[in-house]
Parts: sequence; C-alpha cells; structure tokens
Amino acid sequence: MAFWIASSPHNHQQSETSGLMRLVIYATIPGIFAQWYFFGWGNLIHIAMAITIVLVAEFAVLSLREKKIRPQLFDGSAILTAVLLGISLPALAPWWITIIGSLFAIIVVKQLYGGLGHNPFNPAMAAYVMLLISFPVQMTQWQPPLPLLAIDLQFADTLSLIFSGYTPQGYSVEQIRTHVDGFTMATPLDTVKTNITLGLTVVESMESPIIGKHFGIGWEWINAGFLLGGLFLLTKKAIHWTTPLSFLTSLFICSFIAFILSPDSSASTMFHWFSGATMLGAFFILTDPVSGATSVKGRLIFGALAGLLVYLIRKFGGYPDAVAFAVLLCNMAAPLIDQYTRPRTYGHNLGVKK
Amino acid sequence: MSAIIAILVLGVIAALFGALLGYASVQFKVEGDPLAEQLDALLPQTQCGQCGYPGCKPYAEAVANGEAINKCAPGGEDTIKKIADLMGVEVQPLDENHETDNTPKVAFIIEEDCIGCTKCIQACPVDAILGTTKQMHTIIADECTGCDLCVAPCPVDCIEMIPLATTTQNWQWDLSTIPVVQID
Amino acid sequence: MESVIERIQKGHFSHFHGGIHPPEQKFLTSTKPIASAQIPEQLIIPVRQHIGQAGDIIVAVGDKVLKGQALSASNSPMQLPVHAPTSGIISAIENAVIPHPSGLSELCIIITPDHEDTWRKRTICPDHHLLSKDQILEKIANSGIAGMGGAGFPTQVKVSTLAKINYLIINAAECEPYITADDLLIQEHSPTVLDGIKILDHLLAPKNILIGIEDNKAKAIETLQKATADIAHIHVCVIPTKYPSGGEKQLIKILTNQEVPSGVLPSSLGIVMQNVATCFAIADAVINDTPLIKRVVTVSGQALDKPQNIWSLIGTPVGFLTQHCDYKNRQHKHLIMGGPMMGFSLSNDQIPVIKSTNCILAPSEAEIESPYSTGTKEVECIRCGQCADVCPAQLLPQELQWSAKAKDQQQLTKLNLFDCIECGACAYVCPSQIPLVHYYRVAKAEIRQQKLLDIKAEKAKVRFEARKERLEREKIARAEKHKKAAEARKARMNSGTSEAKTEKSAVAAALARVKAKKAQASTDDHKINSEPESTNEQASDKKDQVANAIARAKAKKLAKQAQLKEGQATENLTTDNDKEASISAKLDNVTVSDKKAKVAAAIAKAKAKKLQQAENSNDSLSTDTQAKSDEDKKAKVAAAVAKAKAKAKAKAAERTQDDKPDVLVANDNVASAIDVDASSAKIDIASTQSAAELKKARIAATIEKAKAKAKAKSSLTEETIKTEAKSSLAEETIKTEATAITEAPIPGAAELKKAKVAAAVAKAKAKKLAAQAQKVAEPENSEQGDDDNVIASATDSKKARIAAAVAKAKAKKLAADTNKSPTSE
Repeated sequence: MAFWIASSPHNHQQSETSGLMRLVIYATIPGIFAQWYFFGWGNLIHIAMAITIVLVAEFAVLSLREKKIRPQLFDGSAILTAVLLGISLPALAPWWITIIGSLFAIIVVKQLYGGLGHNPFNPAMAAYVMLLISFPVQMTQWQPPLPLLAIDLQFADTLSLIFSGYTPQGYSVEQIRTHVDGFTMATPLDTVKTNITLGLTVVESMESPIIGKHFGIGWEWINAGFLLGGLFLLTKKAIHWTTPLSFLTSLFICSFIAFILSPDSSASTMFHWFSGATMLGAFFILTDPVSGATSVKGRLIFGALAGLLVYLIRKFGGYPDAVAFAVLLCNMAAPLIDQYTRPRTYGHNLGVKK
Repeated sequence: MSAIIAILVLGVIAALFGALLGYASVQFKVEGDPLAEQLDALLPQTQCGQCGYPGCKPYAEAVANGEAINKCAPGGEDTIKKIADLMGVEVQPLDENHETDNTPKVAFIIEEDCIGCTKCIQACPVDAILGTTKQMHTIIADECTGCDLCVAPCPVDCIEMIPLATTTQNWQWDLSTIPVVQID
Repeated sequence: MESVIERIQKGHFSHFHGGIHPPEQKFLTSTKPIASAQIPEQLIIPVRQHIGQAGDIIVAVGDKVLKGQALSASNSPMQLPVHAPTSGIISAIENAVIPHPSGLSELCIIITPDHEDTWRKRTICPDHHLLSKDQILEKIANSGIAGMGGAGFPTQVKVSTLAKINYLIINAAECEPYITADDLLIQEHSPTVLDGIKILDHLLAPKNILIGIEDNKAKAIETLQKATADIAHIHVCVIPTKYPSGGEKQLIKILTNQEVPSGVLPSSLGIVMQNVATCFAIADAVINDTPLIKRVVTVSGQALDKPQNIWSLIGTPVGFLTQHCDYKNRQHKHLIMGGPMMGFSLSNDQIPVIKSTNCILAPSEAEIESPYSTGTKEVECIRCGQCADVCPAQLLPQELQWSAKAKDQQQLTKLNLFDCIECGACAYVCPSQIPLVHYYRVAKAEIRQQKLLDIKAEKAKVRFEARKERLEREKIARAEKHKKAAEARKARMNSGTSEAKTEKSAVAAALARVKAKKAQASTDDHKINSEPESTNEQASDKKDQVANAIARAKAKKLAKQAQLKEGQATENLTTDNDKEASISAKLDNVTVSDKKAKVAAAIAKAKAKKLQQAENSNDSLSTDTQAKSDEDKKAKVAAAVAKAKAKAKAKAAERTQDDKPDVLVANDNVASAIDVDASSAKIDIASTQSAAELKKARIAATIEKAKAKAKAKSSLTEETIKTEAKSSLAEETIKTEATAITEAPIPGAAELKKAKVAAAVAKAKAKKLAAQAQKVAEPENSEQGDDDNVIASATDSKKARIAAAVAKAKAKKLAADTNKSPTSE
C-alpha cells in the first residue's frame, strides 16, 4: 500500500482549457450557418483548409520545440484560431490566402512568442491584418450574398473558384462579383463608406441593393448568429460579460454621438452593430483571454477602447471594417491596461477607499 | 555679416547650454552606489575565500575591476546571473575549480578530538568559533557561514561540515522528498 | 456601528470578493451523532501542536501519568503545554512524524495507555464569575488551548488583548466541504459552547457577539437561535454558503463590512474571532478543569463505510480512526488531514490527531482524483482570469504564478503574495489545472528563506568587517608595543643599574637561544633531507589558507604514495634503530671507552638541545598567551628559563670543576646567573617558577624523546600526536608531527607504550651519563673554545658575560659537531 502525497486543494471543478475552447468553437456554429446560408460554401472550405493547416503547422513547431504534442495539439486553441480566420476571410479568396494566413497565425503569431498563453496578439486577427495589408486585392474581393448573384453558385463552383479562380463554367471571381447592373458589389460598410466619399448621404446609401431591408443582406443575420453564439457562451460562463458589453456600448455611444451630430454622414448605431465583424469581434475575438486584459476593470477599458477604435477606423480610416485593427491595437494596450487596473488586494490601501 | 551673426548666436547658445549642463551635473549629481558596493550586496557574504580573495568585499572590488564573475561557489548560478545582470555581461558557468555543491552547511567541532589549538579561531572570517588555548572550541552555529575555512587549519581534523537539517520551519514545500511509508 | 447590527438583523450581509461553491459533501456525516472512539494502543503527542514554541517537557520515559496531567510546562505566552489524554506510561520521548505537510519528524511524547483512564485531581468550578479574569486566563493557558479551526494560535494570547473589543465573532461557518465537526458540536453540545462564549464575553466585554454560521447547517442554526434567544447582544448570523467564508478575514468582511489591513491583527479593529470548538474547549477548561485532550474529528470520505464524527483523544493515530470507520482497503491510500481545499496529504496512517485537526478525509479515487493516476494535467495558463475572479483576497493569481515560476521575488512581494490565504479557490477553478497554491507556497517559503539568508549575510558581513578592523587594530597595537619595549630596553641597558644587568643576561640568554636554534636547524636539515619532500612543501605553503586546502589534498595523495614507499623507509629506519639499540646497550656498560664517551656526549648534547628546544617552545607558548602583557616581563621570564637551564648545567659542571679548569667558562655563566639571582628580587620569584618550568621542560623532552624513538620504530599513534600537540603548541612541533603523520603507518598502542618506557630508560641513562660526557668532551673543546671566545668578544667586546653565554652556545655547537662525527663515522 502506498500513500499519495499531493498539494491542496485536492479537488477541482474539472474544467479544462480544451473544454473551454471546444465550447467557443461550438458557439460559432450559428454564425457560420448564417454565413453558409447567405454566402455559400466559401467560408466552410476556408475553415476546413485552415484547420488542416494549423494542425500541421502546430505539430511541426511543437516537434521542433520538443514539447508534449498530444495535449497541446488538441487543446482546441489552434482549431479555434483556424475557425476564426476562416470566418473572417472573403468567401472566394484564393486557396493560398488561407494557407499563408494559417501558417502565419500559428508559426509566427502564436508559437514564436512561446505558444498558447504567451502570444501578445490574437493569432487569427494578426493573420487577417497581415493578409489584408499584403494582399489587398484578394482580401477585398467580398462576394455578394447569394440572392444578389447573377450566377447560381454551387459547392463545386466555389471550390473551383477558390482553387483555380474560375468556375467550371469559366466565370472569374470578378465576374461573379459584378451585379446584373454592372456594378461591382462590396460589403455594406464598404458601400456606405464609398458613397459618403462620393457625396451621397447615408440614407441614400441605405437604398443600395446590398443593404437590403435592414443593415445589409446576410450580414445582419451573420451578426445575429454570432450574437446568439456569444449569448450562449455568456450563459455557459465561458467568456466574461465585461468585454462584449463595454465594446458594444462604446461602439453604440460613439456612433450615436456621431449620428446626432451629423445624421447625413453617419450610419445608425444598429448599422454599426449588425454589419461587418462587430459581433464576431465582440464575443469571439476580443474575449480571447490570452491577448486581452485580465481584471474586470481592465476588460471594461479594453472593450471600450476597442469600440472607440472600431468606430474611428470605420469612420475616418482607409479600410471599411476595423475590428481586426482595433483588436490588434487593443492587444498592444492590454499589458498596460493590466498594469494600471490591478485590483486592490484585501486589506491594502484601505485609506483610499474610505 | 549674417554668417558672423549666425556663428555668434550659435556660439552663445552653445555656451549657455554648456553652462547649464555643467551646473546641472554639479548641482544634481546622483550619488549612486559604487559598483563594488552593489556587487558586494549580491554576494552571499559567507566570506569563504573560495574565490581566492580574502572575503566577499575584496572579491566584489576585484569583479568591479574586471575579475571573472564566476568564482563565487557558495552563491552558485544564481549569484553569477545577478552579477552578470548588474555588470551587463554574459552569464558564465561556475568556475570548474570550485565545488558546485552549495547546499547550506554549518561547521561542527568534534569536541572530544579538539586539542584547543586556536588555529580554527584564527581562520574563521566571522569570529564564529569560541574557545581559548588548550580549551575545547565550539562553533556558534547561528553565526557560521559554512565557509569551510576552519576545516583545513585543524591539525587533528576535528571539524566537520554538516549540511543544515530540514525542519518544518525551513521546509521548501518539496513534496517529492516526503518519505512515504510503503506498507508491504 | 448600530447600522451593522441592524443590517445583520435584517439578514443583509456584505460580500467578500470571489469565492467558489465546491460540492459540499457534508451529508456524509452531518446527520450522524458524534461517536466516541476507544483508547488506542498508543498515543503520540507532539510537543508542539500550535503556532509558537514547544513547552518544556516535565516528564521522563517510564513515568506513569494520569489523564489530564501536564506533560510539558510553558514559560511564555507563545509556549503551550500538552497533556496526557489518558492515564498510562510514557514509553518514549522521541522524534516521530507529525501532522505537517512536510511529513517531517518532531519531538513527540509517546504514551502507552493503561486503559484505566484515571483522572488526575480536578476542581470543578461551576460559575466562572467566581474567578478573576487572570485566573480564567491562567486556566486557559494551562489547559493548552490553541485555535482549533486550523491555525492553532494560542487562545490565551488572543483573548488577553488589551484593545477595546467591539465584536466577538464566533466562527461556526465551517466552509470547507466534508467537515461537520463544528456543526455536530453545536447540535450536541450547545450549552457548553454557549458557556464558552459567555466566558469569552466576560473576558473581552465586547459590545456584540456575532456567531457566523453558513446557511447549510439548519439544525445547528436552530439550536443556536434557541439557546441565544434571551441574550440580547448575541446575534446568530446565518450567512450564505460560499467557500471560503470561514476564513477569518473573509468572515469579518461578511459580518462587519470591514477589511483587516494587511499585516495587522483583527484586534486592531476591535474584533476577536474564536472557533466554536475553541469555545467548547474553553468552557471545559474553566468549568470542568479539563485540559484540551480530546476533540471532535470528522472522519469522512467515500472510501469509508461508516463516515462519522468522532470524539478522539489528541495523539490518536489517524489509522485508528479510519479503521473505526471501516476504511476500505485499497491499493493506493490517500489520507488528507483537513478539508479537501486546504488539507494536506499524510504520508502514513500513524500520524496523530492534534489540537487543530478537524477532519480526516479518506476519499475514493473517483471522488478526488489521484494526482498520480493520470500524471499532472497542468497546461499553459491562458490568462482566462477565472482565478482572479474567485480570489477572496483579490489577488492576481495568474500574475503571481508567472512571477513564482520566474522566481521574481520582488514582483511577488509587490503583488502581495503574502496576503494569499492559500484557500485553493484559484487552483480549484483553473481550467489549465495549474497547482497555483503550490507555486505560491514554494515561493513564500523561498522568500522567507531568502529573507533569513539576507539577514544572515548582513550579519556575516558586519562580523567580517568587525574582525578585519580588530585584526588591524591589534597589529598596530602590537607594533606600538614592540617599539616601546625596544626603546625601554635600550634605555635600561644603558642605565647600568642592576635591572640593566638582568636585561643584559636576558639578551644573552635570548642570543644563546637563537644560536642553539640555528644549530638545531642544521640538525633538522639533516633530518629533513631523509624525509619526503612533501613535508617541505607543506611547511612552506602553510601560510596561504586557500593554497592550504589544495596542499592538504596533495599531502593526502602523497601520504598514500608514502605508504607505498613505506617498505623502503622502514628499511632505513631499522638501521637507525639498530644503531640506537646498540648504543643503549653499550651505555649499560659502566666502563666507558673513548668512542663510547663521545657517543654519550653526543646524546647528552642532543638531550640538552632538546631541553632547550622544549624550553623554547614553552617560551613561545608563554609569548602566545601573554601577547598582551608587555615585552619586559616576557624577557624576564625568558631569562628565568635560561637561568634554570644554566643551573641544571651548573650542577654537572660543578662536579668536574676541580679537575678541569676549562669548565670555568661554564662556571662563569653559572656565576653570572647566581649574580643575577642575587641582584633581582623578581628573579627570585622567577627562579621558583623556573623549577616548575624545568620540570615541564623535562616532561616535554621526554615526550620529544619518546616521539623520536617512536618515529624510529615507525609506530607513532594518533594519540601521541594529540598529546604532543597539547603539550607544545609551537608550529614547528606540529609540522614535525605532520611529517610524522605522513610517515606513520598503522599505529600500535603496545608499541607506543614500549617506546615510552624505552624513552624513559634511555633518558635516565642519558642523564647519568651527561656529567661523564661533559668531562670527556671538555678537553677537546678547550682549544676551540678559546677561539670562540675571541670571536664572541669581537661581536661584543663590552659585554663579557654575554660573550660567555655565547661561548657556551658555541661549545654546544661543537658538541653537535662531535655528534655528527660518530654519525659520519
């Protein structure tokens, strides 16, 4: 008979990091479903490709670093990165975009900084920004929602477009993006931005076919899907409520002030909430614990800063959407935020409180 | 003409700033710890002399003057690392000539063997040995730095270095060292 | 102030930050009455069971003790006595494994019970109001009561606070899972607990008494509310169940909304907290005169068939209790003392229950996963911050963890590591399953250790500096003294008084000594040549301490080689031996031939030299010891010694005076010595000393001789070395010994004895022959003695007497030459 020796506490709530990651991945399903429904198979193909590549990359780097491969490879963090990257890419982006993005996310952004828990930036967003800057053409080839397409896009067509640039019928990506009217389709955010520079009011832009009835055909539903997933995560306590709340509130307030000041050149608050990657960012990207702030106060500041940056870049920046940039900037600020938002330890600085 | 004015103006400015800097350097001089003092603070103060210097302070002074940083055996790797940080040099492995075993020890005089020669008393760098001629000597364990210097001079080899025992007071939470009773 | 009570009465409580809700598992034991265990076969009572120092043991092995009898006594408030839990015999007082996470041993008193359970005499005190506060405090202290909630802080210290107390908080929260000891104690013994509370009330006179109890103990709450219904200032506070609300600081926050400042005792806020079990023990001690010898222990866990609370005696081995509860035998045992959150694993089941043991947990493998069944599951921290969310001290566990891994002690201190109460909430929720608390404990221990080391280093530094200063001072003082003494001597010598004469003779003696030493050195050279070179090396390196260590190592190595060469060496020595043996044989003969006489003379001379050497060493010894006395006195002592020697010589010389006028030189010397004797009263005293000195010198010589013989026989024991070292402290001697060590093979006591006897015999013979030898030697010396005289006068023509002494030394040297000549022959 032998006696065990262990350090207290002896029991544990039996949660695991991989379980947490799995939960987050499940929560993306409604959003992905909406994406599939409105934009076809493109993103699913990219997600599948990204997952394969991140696993290979992770395996390679872990072997090189002589780490325990099995637990780290399947802890879900790499897969989650792949899913998030796949979601953010334009549906009809060429195949090598995904490969470069995935490799960059895992090898450079994650593992070179020391692996899970040590990366200062969100790997998916860092990869996205890298791609956007390096390959602006491919990365802005947003596909219009299926109902607006002149051509019926099937799974085989999408696959062919991604891998060869042409459908079996010979249509190029550019042709597919061209509306029946001869206009090239863009995202709602892009449309609004372009129209404002052209001297049109927001109200006029809202009449654009891509916007549809509300804030953009498909986009509103995709955002709604991610919101649903986010709420699921909140109920499961997988993410903390502070960051999404402060982010959405901050974005709301910024857009509201701007809307009050100049309704003609500013989109509505709800447009900002339900277009672009707002909800994905709020619930899935900003809540990434590794690259975010840790304390409650810190998270509130972190989210609010992200909301402000998203609004500023959308409004004044050169790019239509801004979540990725905002996230990276906030990631940079996170250590500083943490430094200044340390909670007051029990029994310390009581004088300040009283 | 304008060239001369320019030169003059610049010259005046230069003189002004020079004066200002000079004043500041005198007025706001920061009395930093001399390097040797800082080094001395890092050393373990066992005064063992294993570095070849008669005590920690002399070694600190020597290091400040360019002596190798890897001669402090009782300090071990940690001390070398700290010195390297302070000096801004590469960390070096401990000098091969020195023993690497730096577990804390304390000297112990086997009292029945002691002849009262006072040689160890003279050798002790911290006056931690008590005794007089022809009287048995003893170590003040609390003051002993475990430097080993009294062992060599003893003519009858009656001084032993005993590793400090682990007690519940100084236990370092090393669970793997707990003796687990194996029943059958 | 009033608002706090109002709030409590409304049932509104503050919250502390964080906290968790681990599975309670209290149902296992909470409905079963407290059982009483039988007396085990052996009780192991650690002498120290609390925070503070152990009491002084006042019993001895074999003593018969009665139940409740004190086994140790306390002299200070932080010392607590321990008591015999039952009557029996003390079978041992030895180190045994104590209940501590380290599994280390400490001093324990082991009692073998006689199963009669005989009480010592007790005096029951039904009403504590009859006692003064001091009497009550004394009773509490003498009963050895320490906090029974886990920490074990001496209760008497806690309740004798002078601070004004607003709140006395009775901690009945019992927030740890599984534990129901306090719950059951309240259910079954609420009157006694209440008595304890009343005694505390009497002692501390608090404005309010708050009993903090978690809402998962319905029965206990009901009992308490009933019992305290008629006491206005006792409030039963039913607080929401959350771990760790039973922590002292946390409970204070919940009940009073105050935070105890870091590093300060709650009494500074006017708050004192006591555990329920402690209240019970206080009542028992004050009213029933029963020391703390038993307590309620929850023995729980799914590995037991009958988990229950047990009244167990302090010192009962844990295994006895688990057996009582039908422990299912398993391949792997996991016993935890304390709860699952803060308890520690036991390394065997013979560890005793102590005053602060509230629970023994024997979980099944499914219940609490074995740390060894799956290996560590720790993965990288993902900074999820759940640990910070649950931390009741509002620390940042993840940052602490990084700093702990990096051993960044400064940062750890900055992050308030020492405010961590080690509740385990952070590690409980960590999804990366990092054993956070363990990291903190290690870091805390390291920081504490480092602090101690820093203090020690600082102390060492100060002492080193002080020593350096002292040596410097002594050096200067010595130099000063030498200078002064030299000047004084010069002045006196020139003064021409009788004292000056003494001085002169002292100088003469010193000179003579120096000469003799030189001669000795030449003979030594002779000897050393035959010795291994290592001796030389050793001697020359002696001063360098660092080099010395290396030299030692080398010497040891050489010693081994020397041993290998031993055979050869022994051969040489045997020839010497033979020679000497033959000499002594010849000495037996009374008829003395010319050659024999020479040999005898040589021996006698060597003898004299040795005497001198011994005296020299004595001299140096006295110099050593009297380093602080002035030079003058030293010189006088030296003179006395020299004189004594001269006297000894004179005796021999006087016999031959009539026949040999040449001896006049020696005679002269003697005369001078007598002269000195007469002239100085001080010297008279010195002369009496000199007799003793002479005796000492002779003993030394004997030993010296014995040593030489023993060396010749190569049978020097280590004992001899020691005796020699003790008798003569001169460095030269030790060196010679060191040589001896290298030379000496395995020693034999018998041989040594033989050597000593031989030495004594030889010495006696040599003495007898000394006179004769001088007779024979003198004619030969006569012509050369004149020459020497001339040289001596040339050296110092003024001081004829000194010259005489020098001449004598020369004569000795000649004798040494004579000594050499037979050797060369």
